[in-house]
Amino acid sequence: MSTLDTEAAEPAAQAPGVRTRRRAGNRDRKSDRHRSRTDGRVPLGRRLRRDRTLLLMTVPALVLVVVFNYVPILGNVVAFQDYDPYVSTNGITAMLESPWVGLAQFERVFADPWFWHAVENTFVLFLLQLVLFFPVPIALALLVNSVLRPRLRAVVQAVLYLPHFFSWVLVITVFQQILGGAGIIAQTLRQHGHEGFDLMTDPAVFKFLVTAEGIWKDAGWGVIVFLAALAAVNQDLYEAAAMDGAGRWRRMWHVTLPALRPVIALLLVLRVGDALTVGFEQLLLQRDAVGPGAAEVLDTFVWWTGLRSQDFSYAAAAGLIKGVVGLVLVLSANKVAHLMGEQGVYRK
Amino acid sequence: MTRSLTGRWAAPARPVWEEPPGRAGLLAKGLLLAAACLAVLVPLWIVVVTSLSTKKAITEAGGLVVVPRDLTLIAYQELLGGGQVTRAAVVSVLVTLAGTVFSMTVSILCAYGLSRPGSLGHRFILLALMATMFFGAGLIPTYLLVQTLGLTDTYLALILPSAVSVFNILVLRGFFMGISPELVDSARIDGAGDLRILWTIVMPLSRAVIAVITLFYAVGYWSAWFNASIYLSDQNMMPLQNVLIQLVQKQEIPVGLGQAVRAGNLSGLAVQMAVMVLALLPVAVLSPFVQKHFRKGMLTGAVKG
Repeated sequence: MSTLDTEAAEPAAQAPGVRTRRRAGNRDRKSDRHRSRTDGRVPLGRRLRRDRTLLLMTVPALVLVVVFNYVPILGNVVAFQDYDPYVSTNGITAMLESPWVGLAQFERVFADPWFWHAVENTFVLFLLQLVLFFPVPIALALLVNSVLRPRLRAVVQAVLYLPHFFSWVLVITVFQQILGGAGIIAQTLRQHGHEGFDLMTDPAVFKFLVTAEGIWKDAGWGVIVFLAALAAVNQDLYEAAAMDGAGRWRRMWHVTLPALRPVIALLLVLRVGDALTVGFEQLLLQRDAVGPGAAEVLDTFVWWTGLRSQDFSYAAAAGLIKGVVGLVLVLSANKVAHLMGEQGVYRK
Repeated sequence: MTRSLTGRWAAPARPVWEEPPGRAGLLAKGLLLAAACLAVLVPLWIVVVTSLSTKKAITEAGGLVVVPRDLTLIAYQELLGGGQVTRAAVVSVLVTLAGTVFSMTVSILCAYGLSRPGSLGHRFILLALMATMFFGAGLIPTYLLVQTLGLTDTYLALILPSAVSVFNILVLRGFFMGISPELVDSARIDGAGDLRILWTIVMPLSRAVIAVITLFYAVGYWSAWFNASIYLSDQNMMPLQNVLIQLVQKQEIPVGLGQAVRAGNLSGLAVQMAVMVLALLPVAVLSPFVQKHFRKGMLTGAVKG
């Protein structure tokens, strides 16, 4: 069940003879079944006393997650209301006193051309990012991996990782200084008697611009996972392939790429599962400059209708649609991965 | 050619079966790598140089400055001499420090609490945490909750809603579980409690992963602007990123610097670029130090390579 299957990292078995008071139920862990049986014999009260400190340690994080991740799920009831924040002094009583309208908000959302426009923009951006962004880290990883000098490699990696740690505000401002109307390229063109341009406010190229910003910020960081997979390739395979007469390119095709396949599949599944999220902060920051026609995606649509126009119930309905479709996407992407024989995001 | 390069700069020997690379291949590879690195470094160079330029140099260059001439620190002196940007920088530093300490404390405790196999309820808690990686409650309900809790217009709204990252907890937990259980058990026999074991054994052994996760949390707090934009209404409370949005995207001059820009040697553009440098400096300086641990931190307990 555990996703990122950390269970496998559990220490196999404890040293024989080490019998501690606390780990009494844990001495013999040949199998899960066995463990649960021994654990079952320890009365609940004793286990509670034994693991009291451990449980207490998880409480702060658990409280935060429950309050900020689980409780708001209940707040989605406003999507079935005509929520009015001013009907009462606090949000909860306002929810209780607001009138119920059934699915009326959802009908409004589905009849709204701007909603479908946001859906279309989200989808187009997702496809662009998948086609133009996704392969870049793989190519960069192969390139970095071919650098053999350790110091040079560390420097290259440091430079490529750097933009990942910049905020979106910074990334977009940097792009503005390069490609904007007052940017260095337009400035140079004007100085040489050409006409300037402003890519930052041009709706026609906006989606490519967004993709380029994403590549600048995160493609270098994406290299890490692939480099780790490359480091794990058995070097004997390369030697054997070379002995059999495979050249540089054929070795890459027949040894390197198959080694990367599970990682590529996993990341692809994650990306498809997260298809509806195409860069909320990034798009929100540029929405004013380029206009909602090109920049409105589902997340910014929820933000605009809810927090700007204060139509909370309408925005919550749109957000709920996104959330449910997103959940279905993650689960089905995972299912497809299993069917393809890959590990997927979590295991059953 | 490589004889002058020694130590870690030198290329290791190739295996005998590998054909030496052709000149064209090497050149293409070098050019591609150089292009990738320059794509990152050139824009940063322009920003830094412009922030250090005088009004005269900027006028002569017609805007952004590529070749440094007439360098001055005047933009930084004006910005950090009190006023809007100084206050925003202080806010950002304090929120980042407080938030990171809080997040790390909560995450390390939770990760350790879940790291002993077979402890009561650890599977259930783990599932409850991981389930949140698959769905979001949505922007509107979260906003209404923060409002109901009375966190709006307080700095807690910038820290509490994003304080816990389940991914980070899983990474920490994965690392903690890799620590030899004999070590932990012998400490327990010696009478050490869980908190003591965490502090004296587990944490010192996990310095690499703790460094990485600290950086992740700190960068998260430092880069955040959205929560401030929806939960804070007082302009004087805004962190640096939000001020940067105002200054650069809306081409404003920081409050109180208008006079200096009109009359003095200070350029409005240099001011904007200097705010950018302030916003990227801590991150650019700190992240390379943690770099050598990234792979360990990213991959232990996360994607098993």
